[in-house]
Amino acid sequence: MAEAFQFELVSPERLLLSAKVTDVIVPGSEGEFGVGAGHSPFLSTMRPGVVKALSEDGSKHEYFVRGGFADVSASGMTVLAEQAIPMADLDAGYIAQQIQDASEDVADAKDEDARQAARLVLSQLQELQAAVKAS
Amino acid sequence: MASLKDLKNRIASVKATQKITKAMKMVAAAKLRRAQDAAEAGRPYAERMGTVLGNLAAGFEGRDDAPKLMTGTGRDQTHLLLVCTAERGLCGGFNSSIARLAREHADKLLSEGKTVKIVTVGKKGHDALKRGYGQYIVENIELRGLKSVEFSDTKHIGDLVMEMFQDEKYDVCTLFYAQFQSVISQVPTAKQLIPAQFEAKDEAQDGSSEDALYEYEPGEQEILETLLPRNVAIQIYSAILENGASEQGARMAAMDSATRNAGEMIDKLTTTYNRQRQAQITTELIEIIAGAEAL
Repeated sequence: MAEAFQFELVSPERLLLSAKVTDVIVPGSEGEFGVGAGHSPFLSTMRPGVVKALSEDGSKHEYFVRGGFADVSASGMTVLAEQAIPMADLDAGYIAQQIQDASEDVADAKDEDARQAARLVLSQLQELQAAVKAS
Repeated sequence: MASLKDLKNRIASVKATQKITKAMKMVAAAKLRRAQDAAEAGRPYAERMGTVLGNLAAGFEGRDDAPKLMTGTGRDQTHLLLVCTAERGLCGGFNSSIARLAREHADKLLSEGKTVKIVTVGKKGHDALKRGYGQYIVENIELRGLKSVEFSDTKHIGDLVMEMFQDEKYDVCTLFYAQFQSVISQVPTAKQLIPAQFEAKDEAQDGSSEDALYEYEPGEQEILETLLPRNVAIQIYSAILENGASEQGARMAAMDSATRNAGEMIDKLTTTYNRQRQAQITTELIEIIAGAEAL
């Protein structure tokens, strides 16, 4: 069995998960990546997506995160999410709502840069919606 | 001398007030627990954010391409004071002590010939600063009617601060709030938000070898640029959470002493009432006896 390491998922409101895990998959802004024990120090921003963590006892934790960043250091891994919701509490309606908000952002964007950024978020959310539907 | 009826009315009214202050104390105690939990739950995030940023920022020390949020605009002329207070009063010196700190700060800056702009969060702070500093207030944000403040509720404050910074409406931003220490002690605090200040890391010497190996995705610069604005929002959020706990703590202490005070007052009034009643009875008795003797 793979070696375990300390993993923490925090949102501004609270600490959601603090556990010994063997594997974590994070939706990095430049592609999904997996982290195992002994990973080299690494810092990445995240796009909206699902963080999956496999804990030592074999149970699986899945959280939907909306942006934030992941910090891997020698002492463990920390995911700082701007918003995090356990997958069990997540339903299609919530994502639909997020998508609607994002499309409004696109419409309201003042300049080209902001519109570009809002569009990116929107497309990521749509991708996620497709993924949730498929599962 | 007040008549017996007057005294009775006074006692009844003080009793009614005591009931209210007692109820408010109970409510504040219940809310305090929740607010304190929220403030404590929010700390890990803010702390981690500080550590990560501290690490990142150390690498940018003295570099020209460091983001403006970190280095500042290079000027020190216009100051933005972000004053966070409560929405409601009846909480002792809580609001006024924050307002006083902000006022002192503003006076100092004004005497140095700096320009001051004030953004208030919370109705009470706005009320306290309106007189005398009304012309400096550029914005008042109210967080009325929120049961518990979520990060998304305060995000627009961060956005506003960022927007004003990008439009170069100010050079330095300072945040005012009350740090929660205990129920009886809340410390009004001023914290510089922009340019960002990071606590020097104590393990800088031995930790540097580890930091040097850090990989960044996307680049170091991009991460710093996304994190700094978020840090501003987080700092504001955690200040508001601290404020929430402080407010309830201050209210609880204030209501506790008000209840006790009312109790003392009732005791005193009751004594006077009893004495007077006894005096009246004695007078009546004397009258009856005197009348009987006269016969």
